[in-house]
Amino acid sequence: MSLAQALLTGDPGYLPSRREEAWRWTDLRGLIRVLPPPAPAFCGDLPLASFAAPFPTEEVVIVDGQGPTGLDIPAGETRRISLRLINAAAGAGHVGRVRVSLEAGARAVLLQTHEALAGGYVGETQIDISLGDGARLERLVLADDREDAVSVTISDVRLARGAVFNDAVLTTGARRQRLETRLTHAAGESEARLLGLYRLAGRRHADLTSLIEHESPGSASDQLVKGTVDGQSRAVFQGRILVRPGADRTDARMGHHALVLSDTAEVDAKPELEIYADDVSCAHGNTVGTLDDEALFYLRQRGMSEARARAFLTEAYVSAVLDGITDQDLQTVARAWLAREAAP
Amino acid sequence: MTALLEVRNLSARVADTQILSNLSLSLPAGEVHAIMGPNGAGKSTLSHVLTGKPGYEVTGGEARLDDQDLLALEPEARASRGVFLSFQYPVEIPGVPALTFLRTALNAQKKARGEAEVSAPDFLKLVRAKAAGLKMDFDMLKRALNVGFSGGEKKRMEILQMAVLAPRLAILDETDSGLDIDALRIVAEGVNALRAPDRSMLVITHYQRLLDYIRPDRVHVLAGGRIVASGGPELALDLEREGYDRFVDLAA
Repeated sequence: MSLAQALLTGDPGYLPSRREEAWRWTDLRGLIRVLPPPAPAFCGDLPLASFAAPFPTEEVVIVDGQGPTGLDIPAGETRRISLRLINAAAGAGHVGRVRVSLEAGARAVLLQTHEALAGGYVGETQIDISLGDGARLERLVLADDREDAVSVTISDVRLARGAVFNDAVLTTGARRQRLETRLTHAAGESEARLLGLYRLAGRRHADLTSLIEHESPGSASDQLVKGTVDGQSRAVFQGRILVRPGADRTDARMGHHALVLSDTAEVDAKPELEIYADDVSCAHGNTVGTLDDEALFYLRQRGMSEARARAFLTEAYVSAVLDGITDQDLQTVARAWLAREAAP
Repeated sequence: MTALLEVRNLSARVADTQILSNLSLSLPAGEVHAIMGPNGAGKSTLSHVLTGKPGYEVTGGEARLDDQDLLALEPEARASRGVFLSFQYPVEIPGVPALTFLRTALNAQKKARGEAEVSAPDFLKLVRAKAAGLKMDFDMLKRALNVGFSGGEKKRMEILQMAVLAPRLAILDETDSGLDIDALRIVAEGVNALRAPDRSMLVITHYQRLLDYIRPDRVHVLAGGRIVASGGPELALDLEREGYDRFVDLAA
C-alpha cells in the first residue's frame, strides 16, 4: 500500500488507510475518493529559487516528478547542491524518484526545497540517499506545500562505515503531508542527526515519521523534532529506533516536543525504542504543552502586544532545533524560513 | 496637583478570594515609597493589579497614572505609558538572547508611543553603558534570557531592563528576595541611580534590609488588603523591631 502505487495504477484501493498502524493518523484512503490525472509534461518558465540567495550551488530541478534521476558525487569531491522539487500542475498527480549518492569520502551540502506553483496536487517523491565510507552529507529540507495538497516524501538513507548525515526538515504541512525518513546504519561507526521543525496553522497536517535502524556496531543517532500547532491543525510524530542484534555500542537519542496553541489543534506522538543489542545507550523524551502564561505576561509587561509575545515565544521554542545545523549558509536559510513563518 | 500614581479605594480578587479591600495610595512624582507587610497581605497582588496581570478581577476603586485611568489598559499599553514591574520571579526564556528580547521590548514601547525605533548601534551603546553601571558582564546578555542565571543575575537583569526602558513608574516586587548582601548592594545602587524627578518607585518588600540601601521617602504598611499605616523611613525600623502583629490586628 502506498500513495505511489495508487497514483501509478489509478486505483484508490492501494491508498494507505488508518487501518494500517503506520498510517493511522495520516489516512489517505478516507481522504481521496478519486485519484487525480497524471501531471502533463511541464512547459514554461520556472521562478528563481526563493531561498537560493545566500547559497551558491549547482541546481537540480524536478518538476512534477520529472527530471534528472540521480546525483552522483564522486569519491573525495565536495559539492553544494540545490535540489528543487516543484509541483507545477494544478490538481494533478505525480510520482517521482531521485537518487543522491556520495561515494567514499565525498562531501555535500544539499538544500532541498519543496515548492508549489499551483494547488491541489497529489504527489509522492522518494529520495534514495546513500553515503559511502566516510562520506558527509548535510541536508536542509524546506517543505512549502499548498494547504490543499497531498504530499508524501520518503527519504531512504543508507550510511556506510564512518559516514555522517546531518538532516533538518522544516515544514508548514499541507492538507495531508508525510515526510518520512528511513535511515540505516549499515556498516558501523556512522553518525546521523535528524532535526525536524513544524509550524502548523489552519487545517494543515504534517506527519514526521522515521525509522532509524542500527544494523552495525558503534553508530550514533540523534533526533530532535519540535513544533507548534495552531487553529485546527494536526501534527503527527512517529519515531522508531530499532537496534538490531549485533549493533552493540549504539548511541541513540530521540526527542519530540510540541506546543499546542489552540484548543482545536492536535498532536499525536508515538516514540518507540526497540533494542536487541548490548552496551547500548538510548534515551527518548516526548512532551506536549502550551504557552506559559507567566512568560506571556512577562513579555506583555515589557511592552509587547499579546500577538507579538505569542509569536516571540513560539519562535523561541522551536528555534533551538536550528542550532543543530552546522553549515552556516543552511543555518541562515533555515532562520530566514522560520522568521518568515513567525511574522505576525 | 495630582500625584504620579493615585490609587483610590482599590479592591480586587482572585477567583473567589478578596485580596485588596479599599486600598488607597498616593505616590508623587520623584518619590520612592516602600510597601511593607506580612506574607499574604496582598503586596504582590497590588503589583499584579497595577500592571494588568490576567487572573485578577478589580471589584472597585481606581488607579490613575498621570491622571489617566490605568486599569482599563492592556498590560502592554501600561508598559508603554511607563509602568515597569521588576518581577519577584523573573521568567526564563530559552532560545531568546537577552539583548534581542530587550531591544524588541524597547522598540515595541517606542512604536506604541509613536517614537522612532532605536537603531542597533545606538541600542548596543545604551545597553553597554547601563550594564557597566550594574557590573554586568556584557557577554551574559548574549545568552538566553535568564536561563541558567543565578538569583542575583536575574535581579540585576531586571534592573538593567528598567534602566533601558526608563519607566515613569517602577514597581519592585520583592527585589531583595534571593539576594546575598553583595548582590543586594549592587541592585540597590542600580535602583538609586535611576531616581529622577519625573520617576516614581514602589518598593515592595517583606524585610527592612533592602530599605537600608534604597531609602524610601515614605513607608506604607499593607495588611489585610489595605494600607493600615503610613509614615517616614523610621516606620520601617519600627516594623523590623516590633513585627507586623499590631498592624495585622489593625487590619482585622
